Amino acid sequence: MENTNNQNEEMTLDDAARVKVLSPGMMVFKRFIRNKLAIVGIIIIVFMFLFSFVGGLICPYSQSQVFYTTEKILKDYAGATAIDQYQIQQKDGVELPSDIFSKTLIATSTGKYVFESRKGDLMGIGNVGEGVYVIYSLEQVKMLLKKNAAYDAAVAAGENFFTDGDKTYLFQDSGAATPDVYEATELAVAAMKSFTGYAKDTKFSYEFYRGALVAEADGEKSFEADGKTYTVEGDVILDGDTEYAFISDQNFNAANSGVFISPAYKHAAMDAVEAGQSSFVFADENGEDVEYVIENKNGQYTFRKYQETRVIDTYARPSAAHWVGTDANGMDLLARLMYGGRISLLIGFVVIFIEVFIGMIMGGIAGFFGGWVDNLLMRFVDVVYCIPTMPLYLILGSIMDYYQASATTRIYMLCIIMAVIGWVGIARIVRGQILSLREQEFMVAAEATGISTYRRIFKHLIPNVVPQLIVFASMGLGDVILAEATLSFLGLGIKYPAASWGSIINAVNDSYVMSNYVFVWLPAGLFILLTVLAFNFIGDGLRDAFDPKMKR
Amino acid sequence: MKKFIIRRLLISVVLLFFVSMIIYAIMRLMPTSYVETQAMALATRPGSKSYQEWVDQLNAQYGLDTGIVQGYFKWASKAIRLDFGESWYFNQPVLQKFSSVIWYSFGLGLASFIIEIIIAIPAGILAARKQYSLADYAITVIALIGISLPSFFFATILKYIFSIRLGWVDLYGIVSRMHESMSPTGKVLDMIRHMILPTLTLVVVSIGSLMRYTRANMLEVLNSDYIRTARAKGLSENRVVNHHAFRNTLIPIVTLLGGSLPGLFGGAMITETLFQIPGIGYTFYQCVTQGDIPFVMFYMVFMAVLILLGNLIADITYALVDPRVRVN
Repeated sequence: MENTNNQNEEMTLDDAARVKVLSPGMMVFKRFIRNKLAIVGIIIIVFMFLFSFVGGLICPYSQSQVFYTTEKILKDYAGATAIDQYQIQQKDGVELPSDIFSKTLIATSTGKYVFESRKGDLMGIGNVGEGVYVIYSLEQVKMLLKKNAAYDAAVAAGENFFTDGDKTYLFQDSGAATPDVYEATELAVAAMKSFTGYAKDTKFSYEFYRGALVAEADGEKSFEADGKTYTVEGDVILDGDTEYAFISDQNFNAANSGVFISPAYKHAAMDAVEAGQSSFVFADENGEDVEYVIENKNGQYTFRKYQETRVIDTYARPSAAHWVGTDANGMDLLARLMYGGRISLLIGFVVIFIEVFIGMIMGGIAGFFGGWVDNLLMRFVDVVYCIPTMPLYLILGSIMDYYQASATTRIYMLCIIMAVIGWVGIARIVRGQILSLREQEFMVAAEATGISTYRRIFKHLIPNVVPQLIVFASMGLGDVILAEATLSFLGLGIKYPAASWGSIINAVNDSYVMSNYVFVWLPAGLFILLTVLAFNFIGDGLRDAFDPKMKR
Repeated sequence: MKKFIIRRLLISVVLLFFVSMIIYAIMRLMPTSYVETQAMALATRPGSKSYQEWVDQLNAQYGLDTGIVQGYFKWASKAIRLDFGESWYFNQPVLQKFSSVIWYSFGLGLASFIIEIIIAIPAGILAARKQYSLADYAITVIALIGISLPSFFFATILKYIFSIRLGWVDLYGIVSRMHESMSPTGKVLDMIRHMILPTLTLVVVSIGSLMRYTRANMLEVLNSDYIRTARAKGLSENRVVNHHAFRNTLIPIVTLLGGSLPGLFGGAMITETLFQIPGIGYTFYQCVTQGDIPFVMFYMVFMAVLILLGNLIADITYALVDPRVRVN
């Protein structure tokens, strides 16, 4: 009603009630929110703050939590080598000379079956079957071999021994008209074979060894030992119907001690090797089929199987558990992006706050007092301004490296260093602004009213500088974040285990990571870009809002 | 004018004195020095002196056995005669190393500088002429994106796309593997090919500020009274913009460009390091990580000189192109 009354009354052009009057702050605000880019900037910054500070609270992982995964890795299970030495099994209570292995080898390869051991004992071997030899101790005897039926039969069979009565005789052609004859006492049996019992702790008797070896060599179907009859089926010896032992010319060793390699496994493995297969399947203790890969290396066979191993989950692709994947240390990248965002934003704000504080005081003093104070301070500003910043950061970064500053110390130091270098720009702006404001009428009026210097500076001058400061600060925030990211990227800023967006991108220094794990470095880079861009949008919008001169 | 320049020169020399002193002090505080690494390596040789003896000997040899102030004056007295000593890491005189690497940096800087001017000034003027149009928004946003792009991130993206995915250019270096067997023109083309990505990086990350500067200045000029007068005279819009407005916009732009000329010699540390271009920036990076004091000192002072020179040139060009300044 009052309004209409007023309107009815005489209106003059300068009537304050004629237009709706807004406070200067309100006008700036209205102009600001009309700027679309600035609004986009505000939205991005709000998102970044929520992402970093709230997201870090919600996220179930911490920034330095290492994740593990199980991976299937081929591991050696067993190895097999062809036996190239005689395996000698001696009779109970018999001691053989230490050089029996080499003597046996020489004797079998040269055909001189009678030899002397190192101790001087006369010894000999009899070839009871192919590759199977019985070792005797000998005593030379005089004996007529003519018309000896047993001798003739032995010669006909290609053997070098015969039995006469309950004695065994060995003969050796020494070049004379008749061979030398020796009375032989059996000591041991030698063959290039290994025996494995189907039951875990089977002990084989000498008689069994001898019988089995001879039977196998001669291709007999069965033999008797210890009063039992064993049947031979290929490489397997049966006790009645149950499998008793497995004979093989390969020496099997488990890769890990304490692992018992069953004869059935050996059997299956050797069958696969003979069939030329590259892998075979064998059921393990729990009856599950396990695949074994065969590798042949100069006649040495290695049997390998896949084993589950716990390893650090490095460079895992984005998944439900890790939305952005994991990094080189197996840490969740999303969590690191959140905590890195905290540090980046925090450093930005802290540095700008210190910069504005120092810059305002220095610039204010210089501008207000002028004269030699101004001159001195501004030359100081010039000196600091002339120091190349990035190289200086590098040097200081490597100094911190040397002292092995902890991750948190580095953050504080970085803030201080950047602020100490960066305040000069603000000081110049404040000084220039105050110099021009000082000469204006309102300051003359303020001086005329006789208020204190302190009040003149802080009540009248500073508020007039604030708009420029806010614009400069919002754009400077972007620069600080960029500088911090660059330093961290070079490995001189924020360090492991603390995260920063820059240090996450640091991974691209390994060009394998750059080309194969884009998800590691792309998000962090985009976050830096978006944040700095948003601060620049806001600064731009604020400048337009504070200074409408540019609008047509 | 002469008096003004001389005064500025004298002030610059005084500033340089303090700047180099601060830098020297910081360098001497740097403990992870080349000397210690060297001494460590020498001391592990069989039958060698102890580590401490080597450190003492090398310190004496490199002039590090004096105090910081003393050492600074020793360094400065030589530096005045342009004797910057020998680079420890490269094992040759600093100036020799400098002259062998500076032209890579200068070429890189000049190429991106020219491309920047060619693109940024017309774009800035276009944006100002059509303020609040789609073109203006696009140019503003592109300029701001350029300013906000971390150079290392943009370089990585370029490498990823053009080297790894498309395989058009090499990842690193200034020459390719077959460089020695190429014809002279082929060698030059090969180098240019390797400069493409670094130049692109530099152009994109630094074009924004020039674009925005041009736009802001053009806007100010277009809003001034004499433009209104020119329009009121009935001149065509093209003539108003190209003659009256453009010439006045050039004043601050030429000042800015003149001021950034010395910067062409400064090298782009991050870009050069990422692409392993053997320019001054990459060389400096290697020296800093090795604690090579003579070279780092030289480069820092060189950079300070460039900054001072840039300011000086900016002031002088400002006086040259704007007669109003000379009156004052």
